[in-house]
Amino acid sequence: MKKKLLGLPYYLWCLIFILAPLCMVFYYGLTDKNGIFTFQNVSAISSPEHLKALLLALVLSLIATFICLLLSYPLSMILCGMKKGQNSLMVFIFILPMWMNFLLRTLAWQTLLEKTGVINNILSFLHLPELVIINTPYAIVLGMVYNFLPFMVLPIYNSLAKIDENVIQAARDLGANSIQVFLHITLPLSTPGIISGITMVFVPALTTFVISKLLGGSKILLIGNVIEEEFTQASNWHLGSGLSIVLMLFILINMALSALFDKEGEGSFL
Amino acid sequence: MMKTTLQKIYMGLIFLFLYAPIATLMVLSFNASKTRAKWGGFTLKWYQALFRNSDILNALRNTLLIALVSSIAATVIGTAACISIMSLKKKSRTIIIGITNIPMLNAEIVTGISLMLLFLSLGLRFGLGTILLSHITFCIPYVILSVMPRMQHLSPYTYEAALDLGAGPVSGFFKVVFPDILPGVLSGFLMSFTMSLDDFIITHFTKGAGIDTLSTKIYTEVKKGIKPEMYALSTLIFVTVLILLILVNKAPGKEKGGVSK
Repeated sequence: MKKKLLGLPYYLWCLIFILAPLCMVFYYGLTDKNGIFTFQNVSAISSPEHLKALLLALVLSLIATFICLLLSYPLSMILCGMKKGQNSLMVFIFILPMWMNFLLRTLAWQTLLEKTGVINNILSFLHLPELVIINTPYAIVLGMVYNFLPFMVLPIYNSLAKIDENVIQAARDLGANSIQVFLHITLPLSTPGIISGITMVFVPALTTFVISKLLGGSKILLIGNVIEEEFTQASNWHLGSGLSIVLMLFILINMALSALFDKEGEGSFL
Repeated sequence: MMKTTLQKIYMGLIFLFLYAPIATLMVLSFNASKTRAKWGGFTLKWYQALFRNSDILNALRNTLLIALVSSIAATVIGTAACISIMSLKKKSRTIIIGITNIPMLNAEIVTGISLMLLFLSLGLRFGLGTILLSHITFCIPYVILSVMPRMQHLSPYTYEAALDLGAGPVSGFFKVVFPDILPGVLSGFLMSFTMSLDDFIITHFTKGAGIDTLSTKIYTEVKKGIKPEMYALSTLIFVTVLILLILVNKAPGKEKGGVSK
């Protein structure tokens, strides 16, 4: 079949640039400098400094994911309740910031949060107490929420927009009040979107090294920072790969959980 | 009435949260003082300096070149792959889609280092070539995921009818199938372009020493302090995109399926 041949470039591409690189990570992660099999690079995660970085990354990314969900759900409901045309404009507003370089946008928070920054100037003008969160984990969470919020809003919005209005009408006709409609109709039907949103926010938040570097000062290390330094500064690719394997375990768990809840692939980002 | 007011306040707060940093960058681009911390009066000198700063202009050229080449390549490879995937049996189709999802679901840092390790072991010279290969790799899934649904909604009979009426496979595809999947192809292209333009992490691991995109340039400047020309450039880019998107959205008879969905 000629049609099948059309995909050949892509199948080769998958093999060389998706599967082979992953095998390379496993090869480096499971060998030492002399190419001898070892489990040391993976078990290095249990050393205090690595474990601390991993746990901190887990805690911060879970908090950030939760905040994103709390902010996004009401937001998506409001967006869905708007008139047609009006809501496509609003979705557009949430995508637009992504066109400004994400490093610069994150750096701008430095200017806003600094001790003498914009927010503190406003606070002191209003005679309110200072807000000193720059170079703390709070600032990192803020940066995560800021950068990944659209990834939560879009899938939830998409799954809410797909809900048939008639189903809600039927529930109301049968005597359900607003809370019952929400709990029994809206929430279950939007679960694929929620799950997909959680995946889309949790993975980049867990693995980030940029946000922690820009907003956390240089003292707070997340697991992403540790791995990045192993590759760019320490040039210990074996250790870096070993730690990446641990990171991939968390991504796999996350993927398996999301596959469990979203079998049809309904809550897609696109 | 009370409810809509609350809704408006909520939307307004989120809007403020999203756009405060962007407004900050725009204001900084007109700031006469070189440090971020102080306002030294209004100036346009950074905009003038920008067009004399060959480093930044070079990085801009690289960024645009990489985004354009990799999104075009990804669109061609991805669309061809979709045609082929549709004709596969269900089992192999599921496997291919699963592999396609890997770069989207995996952490960018892992994708970045895995490609870096591959290029190292292949003995490739790090530079424009390796960046392009990496960008094409993470762009193709966006193309496939936006073309695929269009393909699935396509009736196979129209293509067969075209063949029966004497069209060759190529002209049959471009005259009958392609117009129907075009919105998906375009949105895949736009997604790829956006992702490539904004990428830092994967580029960071796969670029060589001699080449910089805007993102990697900004990252190296973080320690020394960002040059205000960079604020000027990003303001220009943002305003350009804003105007373009407004024009596209205002254009009559537009086809749905841009970046927003």
